[in-house]
Amino acid sequence: MTKKILVVDDEENILISLEFLLRRAGYAIALARDGDEALAQAERFSPDLILLDVMMPKKDGYEVCHLLRQDPRYERCKIVLLTAKGRDIDRAKGLALGADDYLTKPFATRELLERVERLLAPAPGAA
Amino acid sequence: MPARWRFALAVAVLAALMTGPFVLTAVLVWADTPAETRAALQLLAGRWLPLGVLTTLAGFAVGIALLARLFRHYVQGLLRMAEGLDVLRRANPGFRVTEEGPHEVVALARAINRLADERDRLLAGLDERVLEARRAVEEERNRLAALMAQLAEAVIVCNAEGRILLYNEAARRLERAFGAAATAAASGWIGLGRSIHALLDPDLVAYVFDTLEALRAQGEAHPQLQVVTATPAGSLVRVRVSPVTGERSQEAITGYVLMLEDVTEQIEREASRNELLFELTEGNRAAIANIRLAAEMLHLPDVDEAMRARFHAVIAREVEAVSERLEAASRAFADALRARWPLEPMRGADLVRAAAAYLQRRLEVALKLEILDEELWFDADHFSLLQALAFLAGRLVEDYGVRTLRLRLSGDERLVYLDLMWSGGSLSNEIVTGWELEPLGLGGTRSPLTLREVLERHGAAMWFDREKARHRAFVRLALPRKRSVRLPPATAPAVPSLEEGRPEFYDFDLFAWSDKATALEDRPLAELSYTVFDTETTGLDPTGGDEIIQIGATRIVNGRLLKHESFEQLIDPRRPLDPASIAVHHITPEMLEGQPTIEEVLPAFHRFAQETVLVAHNAAFDMRFLQLKEDKLGIRFDQPVLDTLLLAAFLLPNQEHSLEALARYFGVRVVGRHTALGDALVTAEIFLKMIPLLADKGVVTLRQAREASQQTYYARLRY
Repeated sequence: MTKKILVVDDEENILISLEFLLRRAGYAIALARDGDEALAQAERFSPDLILLDVMMPKKDGYEVCHLLRQDPRYERCKIVLLTAKGRDIDRAKGLALGADDYLTKPFATRELLERVERLLAPAPGAA
Repeated sequence: MPARWRFALAVAVLAALMTGPFVLTAVLVWADTPAETRAALQLLAGRWLPLGVLTTLAGFAVGIALLARLFRHYVQGLLRMAEGLDVLRRANPGFRVTEEGPHEVVALARAINRLADERDRLLAGLDERVLEARRAVEEERNRLAALMAQLAEAVIVCNAEGRILLYNEAARRLERAFGAAATAAASGWIGLGRSIHALLDPDLVAYVFDTLEALRAQGEAHPQLQVVTATPAGSLVRVRVSPVTGERSQEAITGYVLMLEDVTEQIEREASRNELLFELTEGNRAAIANIRLAAEMLHLPDVDEAMRARFHAVIAREVEAVSERLEAASRAFADALRARWPLEPMRGADLVRAAAAYLQRRLEVALKLEILDEELWFDADHFSLLQALAFLAGRLVEDYGVRTLRLRLSGDERLVYLDLMWSGGSLSNEIVTGWELEPLGLGGTRSPLTLREVLERHGAAMWFDREKARHRAFVRLALPRKRSVRLPPATAPAVPSLEEGRPEFYDFDLFAWSDKATALEDRPLAELSYTVFDTETTGLDPTGGDEIIQIGATRIVNGRLLKHESFEQLIDPRRPLDPASIAVHHITPEMLEGQPTIEEVLPAFHRFAQETVLVAHNAAFDMRFLQLKEDKLGIRFDQPVLDTLLLAAFLLPNQEHSLEALARYFGVRVVGRHTALGDALVTAEIFLKMIPLLADKGVVTLRQAREASQQTYYARLRY
């Protein structure tokens, strides 16, 4: 079954690349450009994984992450924060708010794909 | 019992004694007379008694008048003399008893004055030696005051309770940062005996003091603590605190030294630099991420032409944005450097020698110095000028293979020349001009400044020239010569001469001060802090709408008059002045135009007077004006009040009590009478002279002084 990924970022310049890259890797893709849109898309699209930018208009990535984690419907949905904040403290905050992984911009495509693959792989022992 | 009452009693007794025997005889005669003779007596008495009574009364009147005259001349004259003697002894050595009245009293007065002259002659010899010693001490203190005044850093020393016992001029200038109005003469933030809690949050002060104490308890000999705190006015002040202790290290902390610095601008500057830095690092992350991703996409084999074009567009856009951000940051950095680029006078010879050492460390070149004039001065930023020379030398060595450089310093009337010379090889001015536009820098260090910017900053120019005869070429840096070199004038004011007295910026006796020991009421008058003030008003009727137009006040702390911490402010009353009052205070309506209103001034005065006892001459009058404003302004002058008029009436019941008369009496020099501050200063000096006289009469504490005031006659007057 095709895995679904929601990509959230307010910059068109990164959405172009990410969309192309992930489609090519065989995922189903939906896009969102701010926090509110991200929540709406999550409900409609019910993704298996969300790539979530931190610095965005309306609701920022931390807030979206926090809201999703409180909703039992997204219990199994993986969240990867993408951020231009390089400090350890920001990373700690992201993970504390329930993100499964954290990628600091700029990152290599291979690195991104590896992490996405690892997160979406069926848990060992699961059917 | 006052002398007057005793006089009245004496007259009554005398009258009784004189008429008593006569009346008694008459009663006895009457009682012994048979009834028929009484009628004849009655007839006689009826005819002659009125005459008898009249002559007796006339006799009485003459007698009383005579007695009263004697009383005035002898009794009251002697009492006045006695009061004068007290003043002569305790308050005003120059005072002399008035030689008036009957000749016996005059003789006594003369004898007293001769005695006083004698004493003065004796004291003069002694005073000479005391003065000598005091002058030496005074000089020491002046040196300290001068030293403190020269310090650019604001220094405040306080005792363990936070009472200020020393501050310098720089500290006073810092008052602005705490919200003192620029116009007020003294705002009441910093002053001797005042609490530093007015400046700094009491919790913060307590925290700092406790921490320092704890550090000392842990064995640290010289602990120091630094905090940055926001003032009510929104400035940021850095405070460095270290404790003052006795000679031996285990002694208790007796006070604290506070060094204050307004760091608002500095922190703003740092913040903007941090912002710049952030912009450069974090701000570029997202853009570079986008570029990186797009670039990696381009490497994928299955990207079609349309997609490829889109990725190229992304890269182009983002690279442009990054470049712009980089440019802006670089410009801002150079601006920041230029903005804080102070020039200092420097000697050319020093620069040349420093440059030689600097170049030799960095370049493989043989250097020779040629200093034609040691005393050539110019204004320079040392390091950027060094960098400029190093840049030029680097170019010559690296681009033109120069192996031996001669650094020559020369000058004429107006200019100083720094020449970098070498033998042979020629250069063109076009090349030199081209160098001007390149950023400075040598080896790894890259300065964002160009050579031209350094030249412009120094008002300098650069060109290429040659000495044909000696076959030498040189690049010349020309700088404007500085004629007279003096150190920049100190911003602190000159220390006043001994005659004027040093500014009272410190009082080390306050180290031992403690306000918790006894209640204010029971503390000796000599130890209290006072605000002595006076007001000028539009008229004499506060309830009828008259208003204050000037407040003048000065402080007495620890028995010293602090003239340098005075308060003086004109006030726009927003109502016409009474012409009669103008004749008294000479304040015209034009002078009051544009002055602050009472709503602004009274809170400032309230702050100035906080934690002190108020003193005024005829205080009831001034207090009435203040109190009428209290409700409206939400402030309350609830501190104790002393009135020099009432105290004078208590001390010197047989004298005049006007301010002029008291000043004369106590030998106080009057300057600027009928300005509020002038009168306040006179009142303060009179009050200081009264304190020992009051003590002689058993009035030592504030409570006793208030009770003494209440007894006096004037206390019944009401405004």
